[in-house]
Amino acid sequence: MTQLDHLRNGDAVLRMSEAEAEERAAVVDPDDERMIINMGPQHPSTHGVLRVTMELQGEVVLRSKPVIGYLHTGMEKTAEDLTFMQGPTNVTRMDYASPLFTELAFSLAVEALLDVEIPERATWIRMMMCELNRMSSHLLFLATNGMDLGAVGMMIYGWREREEVLRFFEKVTGLRMNHNYIRPGGVAADLPDGWSEDVESILSILPERLEQFDVLMTGQPIWRERTQGIGVITTEEALALGATGPILRSTGYAWDLRRSMPYLAYDDVDFDIVVGTYGDTFDRYAIRLNEIRESMRIVEQCIEKMPDGPYRAEDRKVTPPPRARIDESMEALIHHFKIFTEGFKVPAGEVYTSVESPRGELGCYLVSDGGPKPQRMHIRAPSFVNLQTLPHMIHGGLLADAIAVISSIDPIMGEVDR
Amino acid sequence: MNEDEGTEETKDSDPDVGEDDQDPDLASPRLYGVPVTESHGQVVLHTDKNGYNDLVGALVDDGFGVCIDLCGADYLGNETRVLPEEVTPERFEVVVNLLDIHAVRRIRIRAQVDESDPELISITPFYPGAEAMEREAIDMFGLQFQGHPDPTPILLPDDWEGHPLRKDFAIGRIPVQFKAVEGR
Repeated sequence: MTQLDHLRNGDAVLRMSEAEAEERAAVVDPDDERMIINMGPQHPSTHGVLRVTMELQGEVVLRSKPVIGYLHTGMEKTAEDLTFMQGPTNVTRMDYASPLFTELAFSLAVEALLDVEIPERATWIRMMMCELNRMSSHLLFLATNGMDLGAVGMMIYGWREREEVLRFFEKVTGLRMNHNYIRPGGVAADLPDGWSEDVESILSILPERLEQFDVLMTGQPIWRERTQGIGVITTEEALALGATGPILRSTGYAWDLRRSMPYLAYDDVDFDIVVGTYGDTFDRYAIRLNEIRESMRIVEQCIEKMPDGPYRAEDRKVTPPPRARIDESMEALIHHFKIFTEGFKVPAGEVYTSVESPRGELGCYLVSDGGPKPQRMHIRAPSFVNLQTLPHMIHGGLLADAIAVISSIDPIMGEVDR
Repeated sequence: MNEDEGTEETKDSDPDVGEDDQDPDLASPRLYGVPVTESHGQVVLHTDKNGYNDLVGALVDDGFGVCIDLCGADYLGNETRVLPEEVTPERFEVVVNLLDIHAVRRIRIRAQVDESDPELISITPFYPGAEAMEREAIDMFGLQFQGHPDPTPILLPDDWEGHPLRKDFAIGRIPVQFKAVEGR
């Protein structure tokens, strides 16, 4: 472990209380040029409410520490007060840029405890929707990453492309964000008529637009100057800090749960895992840009292979009866009422499920005591863990580069603070 | 910390390390010297707070190089928990999910932690990335981690009283607190 000791001691991480920092500021020492400043929580480049305390010497960042919790709303506590049926409405609000993944991790956990088989069509719908969500999430990253580094035009383009995907989500789920679409037992509704044309139109627009992004950013000297060699992290450091997703892959380690520990139907589709070489900000940018292309490949195969059949489990314990049955059957009405008021009971036990979200491994640890509500619901949020790499990546770099690095971690504060 | 000296080389991974010292008299199967169960196809190791750190050390040596998740759980009032016979149920559990990224396998540790003295040894010497997760467990359950480099509140305000994810912390018990800003 000795080569990793620097991750634990105070070389890069500023472990100092506010009182201590104030005390130090009061001491005037002309030889000591270090000063401690706060960046955020209200700063456009902090992606919401991230605050970073930094120790600067001139323009060089010595030690730093992300200060989080400004968006903490106790969602894990809330989850204990909601039924398994209502659970996805809560967890979908965590990572608001890729809500379907949190719903998926939660639903997979509930289904594991229930031991319910999911129809094939539901699995493929889930997979397609998640890949579309990965695209929209990465497009949002490209937009904010561009803006953070001064390519303000990129902000508009990224948002525009993302809107195409969100429009489709609205058509399928009824909402642009916080869908509550993936639920224990399947998905909330079948795909609407003409869905494949809509998806194909998204897929036909994007390749050209992604090439435009390449022209605008990837090949551009200023962009490369700002990102190459900035915020470097090694594979060993990333693993020791628990970092997953594009941060780990940027170091050249091809770890992707879709490939390493396949879930849904990722075994049945072809796609490549994009890896970087240097572990720098540019690699993390390039990985996300190219992952959009890989996701498009998966979505294309989903359109081709989408099976017919029910979109949710036929297990009446878990899923409400079809709407039409309610009009003709008293039992169905009672059943519908019961499921939505009391919820369904889940056998006692505990399970951990994980999916590959656009930010890394998103896990759900779920404990049931046999009742209709979880005893404990914990979300392993990738942004929360990944944020620990920040002090090590900006250590010794310039303050302006810190902006680039924060952006390249792509933290979603709703998920960090939960 | 004496465990972190000279153990940087992971040994040849052998999933059945605990197999040799298996005692036929013991009630439940063992792995790494502790009771092991299976939960929905996932391997779960059970330990108490005293054996916790050594167990994590053994798992690190066996190749579990990534601490994916660490969280607390409060079993107050939950009578449905099933544990191996040798394990004394306590109110709190620390649940650690480890990942062996080379052999592609996962393992979970459930360490029983009693209410009167909820203190464990921090696993940050093995996994620097457990720092934020342990801080979260400190906030939410009032657990303590000996040797943690920075045991300060992470998600809660510095002056928050109580541990919200404990079962006896009722929802809505405390009105929303806002920090006063001096001089305004």
